[in-house]
Amino acid sequence: MIRRFIQNAGWPRIIIALFLLGLFIAAPFVGVRVDTSLSNTLVRFGMNGVMVLAMIPMVQAGCGLNFGLPLGIIAGLLGATLSIEWNTEILAWLSGLGTQYKISWLNDMFVTAWREPLGFASAIIIAVPIAAILGWFYGKLLNRVKGDEMMIATYVGFSSVSFMCIAWLLLPYKHPTMVWGYAGKGLRTTISVEGYWLHVLSDSLALNIQTDDIHLYIPTGMLIFFAVMAVLVWIFMRTKTGTAMTAVGSNPEFARASGVNVDHMRTVAVMMSTILGAVGIIVYEQSFGFIQLYMGPFYMALPAVASILLGGASVNKAGILNVIVGTFLFQGILTMTPSVINSYLQTDMSEVIRLIVSNGMILYALTRKVRAGR
Amino acid sequence: MRKIFDLVANNAVPAVFIIISAFAIPLSGYSASYLIQELLTRIGRNSFLILSLLIPIMAGMGLNFGMVLGAMAGQIGLLFICDWGVVGIPGMVLACLIGTPIAIVLGIFCGHVLNRAKGREMVTSYILGFFINGVYQMTVLYLMGWVIPITNPALLLSRGYGVRNAVSLLGIRGVLDNLIPTIITGTQGAGQFLSVNGAKSYILMQIPFLEGAIRIPLATLVVIALFCVFIVWFRKTKLGQDMRAIGQSQSVADSSGIPVNRTRIIAIVISTVLACYGQIIYLQNMGTLNTYNSHDQTGMFSIAALLIGGASVSRATIANVFAGVILFHLMFIVAPVAGKNLIGDAQIGEYFRVFVSYGIIAISLVLHAWRRNREREAARRSLRGNKGGE
Repeated sequence: MIRRFIQNAGWPRIIIALFLLGLFIAAPFVGVRVDTSLSNTLVRFGMNGVMVLAMIPMVQAGCGLNFGLPLGIIAGLLGATLSIEWNTEILAWLSGLGTQYKISWLNDMFVTAWREPLGFASAIIIAVPIAAILGWFYGKLLNRVKGDEMMIATYVGFSSVSFMCIAWLLLPYKHPTMVWGYAGKGLRTTISVEGYWLHVLSDSLALNIQTDDIHLYIPTGMLIFFAVMAVLVWIFMRTKTGTAMTAVGSNPEFARASGVNVDHMRTVAVMMSTILGAVGIIVYEQSFGFIQLYMGPFYMALPAVASILLGGASVNKAGILNVIVGTFLFQGILTMTPSVINSYLQTDMSEVIRLIVSNGMILYALTRKVRAGR
Repeated sequence: MRKIFDLVANNAVPAVFIIISAFAIPLSGYSASYLIQELLTRIGRNSFLILSLLIPIMAGMGLNFGMVLGAMAGQIGLLFICDWGVVGIPGMVLACLIGTPIAIVLGIFCGHVLNRAKGREMVTSYILGFFINGVYQMTVLYLMGWVIPITNPALLLSRGYGVRNAVSLLGIRGVLDNLIPTIITGTQGAGQFLSVNGAKSYILMQIPFLEGAIRIPLATLVVIALFCVFIVWFRKTKLGQDMRAIGQSQSVADSSGIPVNRTRIIAIVISTVLACYGQIIYLQNMGTLNTYNSHDQTGMFSIAALLIGGASVSRATIANVFAGVILFHLMFIVAPVAGKNLIGDAQIGEYFRVFVSYGIIAISLVLHAWRRNREREAARRSLRGNKGGE
């Protein structure tokens, strides 16, 4: 039975889980607080969860791991920056809408009180259509290059990020908190979301206990948001479209024979991945506090890919449980290694461990399927 | 019609680059002799690295993103000779000797991994580069000076172990490039000696209307030329023929008795070892080693250059390499200045250059996959016997 469990979970996963457990056990002995570490892990879990969730549709539809996640992230960044640029206008428009249609609760007072959540919502509402359009083109492209999706996705991500580097400089943003002070144009490399929608999800319903004995912070709102998104994806994957999508992924010929439009399903999956990526980065930013532009999104696909693989997904099969387990393990290691190993060895090995664990995990997944197929 | 389409598709990328350069060169305002000097330097610096990509392409393994493994092996060799204080050509040779076994081990590892991931070699070798980068950083940042003996304080971080971020390679800087000091000049007769920067340089030839003197890294170019001869010869050997057969069809090669997996590993090992030498040549020209970043861009820039030269994922020639180096680096030199003169912002030219590098790789990969899928579809149709669709 133990052997079967090991076979199901896979060696790398067990080693990493044991490693993480060891870190948690070792933490008190080197003066690292377990409750603080756990809180940090939960915060990072909530920050990254939705982006990891974005892997599911594409993996299930047989498009492989979405190394092109930066494309979705760019849509999210556009939504985030535009929501700040037009913040005043959006709020004014909303209260104007209330007056026009005689909606008594939608007045100035409401809008002022809820300006942060409204700003956050506007970021998502702007980002989703952009992501859908980009995802549609991206999906059409991936349909033409079946078999090579992952490599091409990587470079689609890279080239779109470097293209946007030029765009961030040239787009006519005006808002003084976002553009370079001396030139008056060109977006800054990092933009603070403080005063707009900093911690709107994280701090809502948050459990924050800071006493002498306990330092616990649970970002309940953010975790609920992740849960809602996860449930939505879960439900979607069980609808008719979702089932068809899975069928396309597991056997395209069979799916085609049973009357499923393979290319259409793949496009829908890619669009969903891109949209989830866009929403994911906005959730990430509201907790992190900054919008990172330019080369910021460059390598963001790799942690997400590594997380879902760590959770037990393979190149062609992934579920919600993989996302939850994987994100928790991966973010746990990222949180724990700097604190625990640094206090023990007096050096910062976290970056190196992150590189080895995440890429080792991806390598393992890429080389495993072939062996199983033989 | 089909032929015209293929001709355009095969040469579209170089053509676009020639057009971009044609616009950007006058905008940059650089003189011809400056451009030629820069290009010659960059041909000497980068060609060897790019040439190391050819053999895996021949064996049908696509673009070897794992060449950074070789680059890292070369850097480890360089770190050791810096520590021991071996300078000049002996230093370079010693660095190669140290790098070779490391590159061979890494290459064998890479080959085994890629054999397990047939059909997606490129993405696997790409991730493998990142993975080995982690191992490399661990070695250099924590083990060197602690487990691996490195004693030179100029190399080590102040904490006593781990190598500094920037290592000066003054001992071997330009030793190969300046081994045979040669220049081209516009002022004096050919065949004479001229003193340039204290070194007596042989005037190879004289080109009228040329301003100033252009230094030629003759020895490096000779090494590169020898290497090209090696590749041409290698293609004709039994091993080279085997690789080409595997590149055509693995199953056919297998049934005709070629050890497919073994040959593929050899192809990757050769590529990795050559990339190791390539990186050493590259760094002797640069003169400084950024311990943690030098190898990062090597793979990307080499691959972009090769593709810009008109190569594809399945077909690359020596001519592609040189066309690619010239076109890619021409853009490298002129893009920032052209961007500055055109829009008033050098940063845009910089980003444009990065965008082009990534974009060109993306487009080449897309074109290759697209064409392959179409050919596969056509083959299936002709097998069914009705060529005019389903």
